[in-house]
Order: sequence, then structure tokens, then C-alpha cells
Amino acid sequence: MNQLTNLKLKVWRQTGPEAEGHFETHTVEKVSDEASFLEMLDQLNERLISDGKEAVVFDHDCREGICGTCSLMINGRAHGPQRATTTCQLHMRTFKSGDEIVIEPWRAAAFPVIKDLMVDRSSFDRIVEAGGFITAPTGGAPDANLILVPKPVADAAMDSAACIGCGACVAACPNGAANLFAGAKISHLNVLPQGQSERYKRAEAMVHAMDDQFGSCTNHGECSAACPKEISLDVIAMMNSDFRKSKSKNRKALSRG
Amino acid sequence: MSTVLNAKIPAGALRDKWDNYKADAKLVNPNNKRKFKVIVVGTGLAGASAAATLAELGYQVDAFTFHDSARRAHSIAAQGGINAAKNYQGDGDSINRLFVDTIKGGDFRSREGNVHRLAQVSVDIIDQMVAQGVPFAREYGGMLDNRSFGGAQVSRTFYARGQTGQQLLLGAYQQLSRQIGLGGVRLFNRTELVDIVVIDGRCSGIVVRDLLTGEITSHAAHAVVMATGGYGNVYFLSTNAMNCNVTAAWRAHRRGAMFANPCYTQIHPTCIPQSDESQSKLTLMSESLRNDGRVWVPKNADDSRSAEQIPESERDYYLERLYPSYGNLAPRDISSRAAKRLVDKGHGVGPLKNGVNLDFSAAIARLGRDVVEERYGNLFQMYERIAGEDPYSTPMRIYPATHYTMGGLWVDYELGTTVPGLYAAGEANFSDHGANRLGASALMQGLADGYFVLPYTISNGLAPLLNKPAPTTDHPAFVQAETEARERFNAYLNVKGTRSPDWFHRELGKIIWDYCGMERTQQGLEKALSELPALYSEFKKDLRVTGTGESVNQTLEKAGRVDDFFQLGMLMCRDALDRQESCGAHFRSEYQTDEGEALRNDENFCHVSAYKWTGDPMAAELNKEQLVYETAHLATRSYK
Repeated sequence: MNQLTNLKLKVWRQTGPEAEGHFETHTVEKVSDEASFLEMLDQLNERLISDGKEAVVFDHDCREGICGTCSLMINGRAHGPQRATTTCQLHMRTFKSGDEIVIEPWRAAAFPVIKDLMVDRSSFDRIVEAGGFITAPTGGAPDANLILVPKPVADAAMDSAACIGCGACVAACPNGAANLFAGAKISHLNVLPQGQSERYKRAEAMVHAMDDQFGSCTNHGECSAACPKEISLDVIAMMNSDFRKSKSKNRKALSRG
Repeated sequence: MSTVLNAKIPAGALRDKWDNYKADAKLVNPNNKRKFKVIVVGTGLAGASAAATLAELGYQVDAFTFHDSARRAHSIAAQGGINAAKNYQGDGDSINRLFVDTIKGGDFRSREGNVHRLAQVSVDIIDQMVAQGVPFAREYGGMLDNRSFGGAQVSRTFYARGQTGQQLLLGAYQQLSRQIGLGGVRLFNRTELVDIVVIDGRCSGIVVRDLLTGEITSHAAHAVVMATGGYGNVYFLSTNAMNCNVTAAWRAHRRGAMFANPCYTQIHPTCIPQSDESQSKLTLMSESLRNDGRVWVPKNADDSRSAEQIPESERDYYLERLYPSYGNLAPRDISSRAAKRLVDKGHGVGPLKNGVNLDFSAAIARLGRDVVEERYGNLFQMYERIAGEDPYSTPMRIYPATHYTMGGLWVDYELGTTVPGLYAAGEANFSDHGANRLGASALMQGLADGYFVLPYTISNGLAPLLNKPAPTTDHPAFVQAETEARERFNAYLNVKGTRSPDWFHRELGKIIWDYCGMERTQQGLEKALSELPALYSEFKKDLRVTGTGESVNQTLEKAGRVDDFFQLGMLMCRDALDRQESCGAHFRSEYQTDEGEALRNDENFCHVSAYKWTGDPMAAELNKEQLVYETAHLATRSYK
């Protein structure tokens, strides 16, 4: 175990959604390289409280990279410098003594800042509510092995379903687009046999809910590069393809019904 | 005066009880369901599945979570899998075998009727989750794959890589989201329960605090479900998420809901050992790793060589040696204590000598790296991120950590607490796991309660209330509860002492871990019970919460949660002191066999201890529910 010394933190402080924010500078004299990034912030907050100041607000929960609650732009990169790693899994061994670390909230029009480093990501929930599900009310399901899912299909669904809904894709995107998030959910459900009945309805509804709230995709690919679960850009291709088909298929379905 | 606890177990043979219950239960006509409001607190597996299902049935549902989204609940972190008695592998599984394994795993301290029902509905859960699109692991032919977990000799665990909890929660969350979109459920996010309201002996609603504005408001309902998880964070360091807390359950307890078996807390054997003092939480490594990983320590306590340099003959594969028939898949409590004993004797590995090896070299040699990566890739990656070592080339270091709490709100067969109209589901209740939970059974229980139990039992409870007036939030009891909550949060802000809530939480956690952790003694528990009230009164005098109560204030949120953990901690130690036997995860050093295994005292302690609030957690009133075993035979557990 080694100690890092003399870290300069520039932390975004903002008292509320309407308030003007600013950077606040703090020096961290000493921190163990075994500490996680958020534990370093915990220590900063303990010191602020002991100085009678208000602690820095940031979202976090599981601290093992799965709940998707933590966020933070660290030196301009969503979840910091390490590939495929959430902020809570980032450890101080990634940094060195004397480093300056700039810490900001997600910056996106669809994720307004609530306070300090905390943002409102409920726009993601609206996308799922629009169609990110399979309609299967409790009680009527057939025996699980009656629905055969070839292993490669189950694997592909799982690759997309691994999304943790953290919002790094949106924060990294120059347009603030949510195509990787929406594409991941659509790809998860649209490749499975269980998801076929609502396939095109789902794609259309989710894309519209996404477009109502987020910017447009211009194929930069920053989203996938920033994604802590390494969701592939392929999901966007699948979403676009199903959305395009939905415009004819949904109309046909409606005309029958 | 003690209350007679009626578990309301239906009549009939064990396998017929649930069918008999459903046949006799009262129903609410579809057109009348919309006249009832049900509040569900918590949106984890139990809460999300209950809220979605109740809304599908037609009830008006209000769901509450302190998270920003319903998808974040800590169910999401469950890795290994979910049990179900499908017998898809044809290896001799059955509902009865899952029932017996669970009763035995719980060391004969759970209720037969509830456990049997859990085993019965387990098969429906898998059907439901597959229909929701959960991408469970598959064989090449397209059928579902299974793996083994501790305490079982069959493969009945369904899994989605090492992210089973995530995928199940997303399934339930999507089903809930559909209902939110349709208007069947109103979701209140970033909203924390601060009290429940009981009027004329019936739960009439809840009081909540908006975490963004600090505003305190009331919500009335015909029934309230607490699906608020466990209390493992009382130890400060645990594998629970940072925000898991006991507040909702504890506030219900203070309003009359009995709290059962608080001393039954599970220490999970495979977690990443603590690396330094500032650590905020511990990370679990799924038990599924014990399918292929072998646990060992150096035979020589002073061995400082790296793992690869220690030859086979100088390694002690102690689980395989002590428990040959279950080997590395011995149940959690047993595996944890075995690790603790060897580390205490100086056989620990790693820089702080505080872990044991979990070695995959044999599995990699036998199966190839690709197969191991396919099965556990994300877990290996998680380990590498946290520990900074590559588990493909060097063994993982693991050590036990607090993980799950079997104790919780006392519930009857209908999952009703001792307050009529108030239900508890998932980890928040105490009902199914006895003194020790088997791996992959928490996800099963959460979804069983939410999908397949509560929808029936709540209808049975609501039917007699049709067209009867229910209290509204202008009732004086709501107004008073709101006032008390405001005063409580103002009080934390006004102590203006010198120590943060986290400082007190850490100190509290040390006491509970040292004296009410993996091994307990009378002397230690008495010491804890003398230290806790002193620390608690210091908390009330010397707490410092900066900021205000009118915008997001995580320090203030934490203060309220630590306050409730203190009171729970006292009750836990009292319960552990009272239970003069060892059973499952509750290990009292005074009561053990010559071989160091838990020694039960069935004559005096074959009961559930349920505590009633009296105003002082040190003086809670103990009530006993005798456990009756009609089918399973009380026997000494043996995994040898």
C-alpha cells in the first residue's frame, strides 16, 4: 500500500437546479492508493464536515459497478480514465501524487443538475416506460423450457442487457444523445423470441420517447467508448433498422386491427 | 405481557396448505380493485414485482424508492443465481428436496409452511422471468442451463452470467415501468419513508421525506407493503450498497410491528478482504465461484511465499478436508467460520494476512481459460478492478463479510406483520431462511413474495374493507407523525456537535462486528450492551450535520439512518445474548460440538424470537413463536 500526496481537486459546486455553479478547489494531502475514487471523496467530505462546511453531494450506492447510480466526469471523461470501469470501481492507484483532478457532474440537457455532482436521469426511465418491456402479466407464463432460445441469441441479448443505465453514454456524447442506452434495451428485447410480438411497436415508441428528450446521434461513437459495460455500437444499428421497419410494419398491423 | 403470535398456517398436509389457502382466500371483484390503494415501499425484486402485479390486477398502487430510479435497488448486485425446483437437469431435484434443503440450511429455525410454499412457487418464478425476457444462460439446444450452489447436491440454480440479480431486477423493473407508463403505478423516487401511521390498530399509510426538498408529506392507503431490504449495514462494513438501511422496517417496528430474530445475520464466505482503514464497503464475490474454485491456505502459518510457489503438499484445502461430501460447496455459515478460524490461527494470505485463497488453476487446467472466462468473466474483472490482481494467474483472496440478514419484521403466513394492513416482503421480513440462508435463495424469496404470495394475501385482507371509509391524510395521527418527523430531522441539524454521522456509524459497526459478528460470547455481548448506549448518547450530544434540511443533504439522510441502526444494534445484541444456543449463522462460542460445529438447543430455543417495541430497544418485550416440525425431522446438520 502506498500513499498519494498533494492531490488538487477542482470540484463542481452548485446549490440547486437554477443556481449558477462554480469550481471549488480542495487539496487532498494524503490518500491510500488502495482507496477507491469515491472513498477519496468520502474523506474529503469528512473533512468538510469537520470544518463545518457542507459535504459535496454525489450519487453513489453499490460501489461495485452494477447499480449505475454513480456518475462523475473526471478530467473530462465519463467515469474517469480507466476503460470499462465505473467511477465507484476506479481506484486511486490510477492517479499519481500531485495530480490535478477536475470533477464535474454529467453535462447533458436531458440530465439537469440537482445539486453539486448529482443529476436527474429520470429521462431514461421515461424511455423504458414507453416500451422497454415485454408485456407478460404475472401468472400466465408457459413453462420456461417451452421457449427455446439458442445460446448465441441468449448471449447477444445478455450483451445488450448488461447496460447499467448510468448515463455515461449521454454525458460523453457531444450531442447529448441516448441512442446507446435506448439501443441496448431495444436490442436486448428485440433479439429474443419472447420479444417478437411487440418488436416494432417497442422500437417506435422508445425512439420517439428518446427523441422527445435527448439530442440526435451523429455517429461519433463516444458513447460506446465511455460505456463502463462496453455496449457495442451495433445496438444503435439494430435500433435504427427496427425503427425504420416499424414505420411500415406498425402501419400494416394497425390496418388489420 | 406477551402476545400470542398466530402464524395463520392453513390446515391440511404440508403440500396442500398453499392450495387450500388460495381456495379459501377472499377475492376482490375486478371492478372493485380500483377502489383500493396499496402503497409499496422499496422497488427491489420484492417491491417491484409486488407493485407491478398489484397494478396489473387493478389496484391503485403508489410505489416509493429513495433511489433516483426503481432500477437501482440492491437486488441488482446479486451475482450468482436463483434457485428453483425445476429438475431440468434430471438430477433428482423436487419441490420436496428444495424444501428440505432450505429447512436444513436454515438449521431448523424457519417455518415449515412458508418454506414449502417458497419451494412450490419457485418453479413459477422462472417461467415468469423467462416470459419477461430475462436472458438466462442457455445450452446450445436452447434449453436453460443450471449450476450448483452451496448446501445443495443438485444443480437447480438458474443464472445470467454473474449478473443474475441485475437481470431479474431489470425484468421486474420493466414490468413496473410498463405499469407506470399505463398509469397503474405512481412512482415516488428520491423519497424516503420516515414513519408509518397506525389508526385504530390498522396501518393507514406512511409519512415520507422528499430527499430533494426535505419536504415531509403523508400518503394514506388501505394496505402498505414494506419491501425495504435488510439491515446488514449496521456493521458499517458490509457487502450491502452504501444506502441500504433499516429505517423503514425500524420505524414500522416502533409503531407496533414486531421484529423477529434480529441476531440472525449472514456472513458471506467469499468477499474481497479489507485493504485499508478508510474502506467504505466490502465487495462480494459470488458463491458460484466455489463451483470451480478451490479454497486453501498454506499449511504452514508462517509461509510467506506467493501462492504459485507453494507446492500441493503444503496446501490445506480445508473445506474438502473437513466436509468431503460438500467440499467447497459447504453452506455459507460453515465455510465462513472455517475461514475465520484459519486466519485467526495465522494461516491468512495477502499483505494483511486477512484472507484465504480461492484458486482457479485446477479449473483452468481442466476446462480451459475460455470456459472459466465464460462462466465468471465479469466477476474476475470486478476482482481485478478492486484488488489490482489477475485471478486467472494468481488465486483470489477472499474473506467473510456481512451480506444478508435473515431476521426482519415478523410476518405470518400471509406476510402480514403484527400491525394489520402492514405487510413485509423479501429480505425485510424474517420468514423463510431460518438461521442461515442458502445461496441463490434470496432472489427466489423476493420474487416469490412479490409475484406469487402478496397478490393473493393482500386481496384476502382487503376484501372485508370494501366500501368502508378509510382514514385520510388530514387525520390527526398523520399530522402528528409529520410533526414528529420534522422535529426529528431538525434535531439532527441542531445538535451541532463535532462528529459526522459516518464517524458514529463506523464506531457502531466496530462494536457490532466484534461482539455480534461471526462468533458471539456472553461476555462480549454484555460488553457490547454496555458500550452501545454510551455511544448512542454521545451520538445524540455530539453529532454534527452541516447544511440545511431544505435541499439535498446526504449527511442529514445518513444521520437518520444511523440513529435507527443504533437502536437496532442494541436489539440484535440482546437477541444474540438471549439465544443460548448456536444455530446457523448465530454462533455462540459456549455452544459448540467437540468438532467446533454449531450446537442447537431444540428443547429451549426451537422458536422465533419476536420483539415488541416498548420505547427502549434495551427493554423490548420478547415474544416467542414455537416452531413445529411435522414433516422435516429435527436433526443435526451434517455436510461431512
